[in-house]
Amino acid sequence: MSLTLLVLIPFLTALFVIFCRTNEQVKWTAFIGSVAQLGTALFMFFDYTMLRKAGQNLQFLYEENHVWFKSMNINYHIGVDGIAIAMILLTALVVVAGVLVSWKVEHHTKEFFLLLVLLSTGAYGFFISLDLFTMFFFLELAVIPKFLLIGIWGSGRKEYSAMKLALMLMGGSALVLIGLIIVYFNSNVNGQHTYDLIALSQNKVDWQTQLIAFPFLFAGFGVFTAMFPFHTWAPDGHSSAPTAASMFLAGISMKLGGYGCLRVAVYLLPDAAQHYSWIIILLAAIAIFYGSFATMMQKDLKYINAYSSVSHCGFVILGIGMLTKTAITGAVMQMVSHGLMTALFFAAIGMIYERTHTRDVAKMGGLLKVIPFLSTIFIIAGLCSLGLPGLSGFAAEMTVFQGAWQRPETYARLATVLGCASIVVTAVYILRASGKVIMGPITDEHHKHITDAKWNERLAAILLLVAILAIGTAPFWLTDLLNPGSQEIMNQITAR
Amino acid sequence: MDKMFFQMMKPELILTGLIFIFLIAKIANRAEDNKKFLLFANILLILNCVAGFVWTPDWSKGLMQGVLFDNMYHTTPTLILEKNILNFALVLISFLSYDWLNRGKNTSEFYMLLLSSQLGMFFLLSSGNFLMFFLSMELATIPLAALSNFDLDRPKSPEAAFKSIMSSAFASAIMLFGITLIYGTTGAIAFSDVINNLMPGSPLQIMGFVFIFVGLAFKLSLVPFHLWTADVYEGSPVPVTAALAVLSKGTFIFVFASTLFTVFPVFFGGWERMLMISIMITISFGNFMAVRQNNLKRLLAFSSIAQMGYLLMGMMGGPDYASGPTAIVYFMVIYVFSSLAMFAVVALVFDRTGKDDISDYKGFYQNNKLLSWVVAIALFSLAGIPPTAGFFGKYFLLTAGAARGDYYLLAVACLNMIVSLYYYLRVVKAIFIDKSETPIEKIKVGTLNATTMAICCAGILIIGFSGDVFEYISGFFMN
Repeated sequence: MSLTLLVLIPFLTALFVIFCRTNEQVKWTAFIGSVAQLGTALFMFFDYTMLRKAGQNLQFLYEENHVWFKSMNINYHIGVDGIAIAMILLTALVVVAGVLVSWKVEHHTKEFFLLLVLLSTGAYGFFISLDLFTMFFFLELAVIPKFLLIGIWGSGRKEYSAMKLALMLMGGSALVLIGLIIVYFNSNVNGQHTYDLIALSQNKVDWQTQLIAFPFLFAGFGVFTAMFPFHTWAPDGHSSAPTAASMFLAGISMKLGGYGCLRVAVYLLPDAAQHYSWIIILLAAIAIFYGSFATMMQKDLKYINAYSSVSHCGFVILGIGMLTKTAITGAVMQMVSHGLMTALFFAAIGMIYERTHTRDVAKMGGLLKVIPFLSTIFIIAGLCSLGLPGLSGFAAEMTVFQGAWQRPETYARLATVLGCASIVVTAVYILRASGKVIMGPITDEHHKHITDAKWNERLAAILLLVAILAIGTAPFWLTDLLNPGSQEIMNQITAR
Repeated sequence: MDKMFFQMMKPELILTGLIFIFLIAKIANRAEDNKKFLLFANILLILNCVAGFVWTPDWSKGLMQGVLFDNMYHTTPTLILEKNILNFALVLISFLSYDWLNRGKNTSEFYMLLLSSQLGMFFLLSSGNFLMFFLSMELATIPLAALSNFDLDRPKSPEAAFKSIMSSAFASAIMLFGITLIYGTTGAIAFSDVINNLMPGSPLQIMGFVFIFVGLAFKLSLVPFHLWTADVYEGSPVPVTAALAVLSKGTFIFVFASTLFTVFPVFFGGWERMLMISIMITISFGNFMAVRQNNLKRLLAFSSIAQMGYLLMGMMGGPDYASGPTAIVYFMVIYVFSSLAMFAVVALVFDRTGKDDISDYKGFYQNNKLLSWVVAIALFSLAGIPPTAGFFGKYFLLTAGAARGDYYLLAVACLNMIVSLYYYLRVVKAIFIDKSETPIEKIKVGTLNATTMAICCAGILIIGFSGDVFEYISGFFMN
């Protein structure tokens, strides 16, 4: 099976979307394309598990390697391991849900779906790349669609947010670029400079280079995953974006950063990762704590979820910074879980907003009586966010904490304790918001006549919900998928 | 007068012939039938462009350089490639000026001046002697100043012409002084003799070199020698601005690279640092000034200053790093496509509505969907956003800039990309996001204009993905 299919399907979908005539055609094309992609991703997941069971022990499967720029030694090199498969599954799910949720977009429908599909192309390409240049290409590909999506279809201070997001992400990728070029010129594989991930992992760059390049790469990818202090684009961007774009942003785009931190920064520069570990942990702890307290102050539902995303992505960084196998597995699980959960949450918020025309917590109440389905979704997403056992958030955060506790240093322990404590704060803001919005008497007369979810919205929510439950109730299929990958990264770290 | 002579001088000979043809056509075309004349001119230019690729000198005999007139004129495969690129850009510029010329007078003069300038550029590229170098530089720049004055009824146009001629005269004078110093100390004006007689560390020679550097920096509008650029860009008719931005800048970047690499490589240690600092200042200043502009042409002027800074990064790899010059030529090809796509739209809109402020473009997307996408693609390519070719071009330039470990330069250039993205996105925002009560009406696009845009957009989208273009260019520098 060819891995290029994962990039080709969205690309072809985009082409078809361009030539569609009516809005209906556009929607269905995008939907069919995304479902086909989900099918491919699922097939790949099962095929991958079968291959692994059959004893296939190469680090990356489905590898393809084509020469792109020969004189620069740049190749289109792709391949996946368990971690990438998990991210691809997440992306495929969120894209289908995102397309379904956007069914009502009437203003410039074609452009909207075109940009959505382009964005997903960037994400898929990023996750499957094994060449740093290819990876960077796809990373930047995903930036500009976000600007237009927020700018054109957004709400609130959309121009400001779109510009802020685009510039900060561009800044992130500029940092990544500096890091990549430094690594490139200091690499030496058979007398040549290279961008190849596998070759670079086998021939580590020297200690001095690692120390210089690591901050650039980690901070650069950190911008994408809203690492403190580069998180400021996230709340504004998320809350101004249209529903599907919020889902993509928080569900996929922030994961690009986490994946990059892990796959590029930590995997290729493991010695520097150990050297800088304490800074990463410190920043993660601040993000978790600051994010959760900042969320407490928010009154807008989207801002609540956006700030809580900062806090939750802190767990990802924390897991990566701890540099133990369990913690890294937990970090990836948290990426998947947070991606699903936050997409569901944003979907629920978006659907509620479409009906009530407000996102202000104080102006809503008793929605469970009028829109039971949406309210239930909202509550479940919230409970997943606060880490209720049985849902994915619990499994992921638990793994992160377990892995984090394996680090004996005092500051690491302290950070872990802080992280655990933040869950209490999470509970406060989630329960407060859902208590006000969902329970109690109906505060607004107009809200009595709103209707519950349509088929497309139900389908989107159920899709994400199933995945959340699948991870929450039986997390082992996911950990089994991820463990070989994190073991590889650990081998890299321990082999000094 | 053998076959080789004609093959080597072919680009210049054809251009000279064309200039005479246009002169005669001016006399023959008494009725001023613009339409017929323009058709005729465009066909000739296309033929000229095609002719560049056929019947080239036979390099297979191990001869990598052809020398004529006692080393006054020389040509190499690389130079022929560069001339072909310029010829191609000339065709596109002629296409995009169709509407404007069709209404105006003195059409054949436009072509004569443009081609004279192009002829000067070709001789400049091929010159192997400082005398030739200076003469052809004058031939390249003075007709362009006359072209800036072509919109006779707009007061800004003569102003632009005056600024252009003054600054280029000033630059020429400085450069001539530099050449004098070099001549005085080495006793030679032929490049090949100068190279042999240069002594690293000789103060007079370094001074002479600095003056020549400054003269070229004027033409490339590197900061702080950029002050003429914005006014000239704004005042000139848009097709002339396009010619200035693409033809003149392109030639001088090639000349800059080849002069510094072939004539003054012994000073490399010195000019490397000089170049690095001027790149840093140029990129930063160009970008920060562009942020403040409200006029689209001025914005493009300042952005082109910054782009020149990026282009020069290709030279920072030093004479041994072949990917550096490759990246310069590669980016120049991309720059031709990106900026001409942009200028095609600006020219069209300015021609129909007389509007060229960014705020005039608010809500442009409502009525002109395709044109808006052309602008978006062109701007993203200029900003270096994938999947456009600009991304690849910039990436390789940045790589070349860091090849010798100049990470400060790399950092400055990368961080400047954020600034440049900001002002490019301002235009995109005005077009796609902002609403306007009175957006620009639907603009009917002529065939030739549409062709230009289609070629440019196709180029922008294809060149990057196909590594072949890069490898093709790289083949010229590898041996």
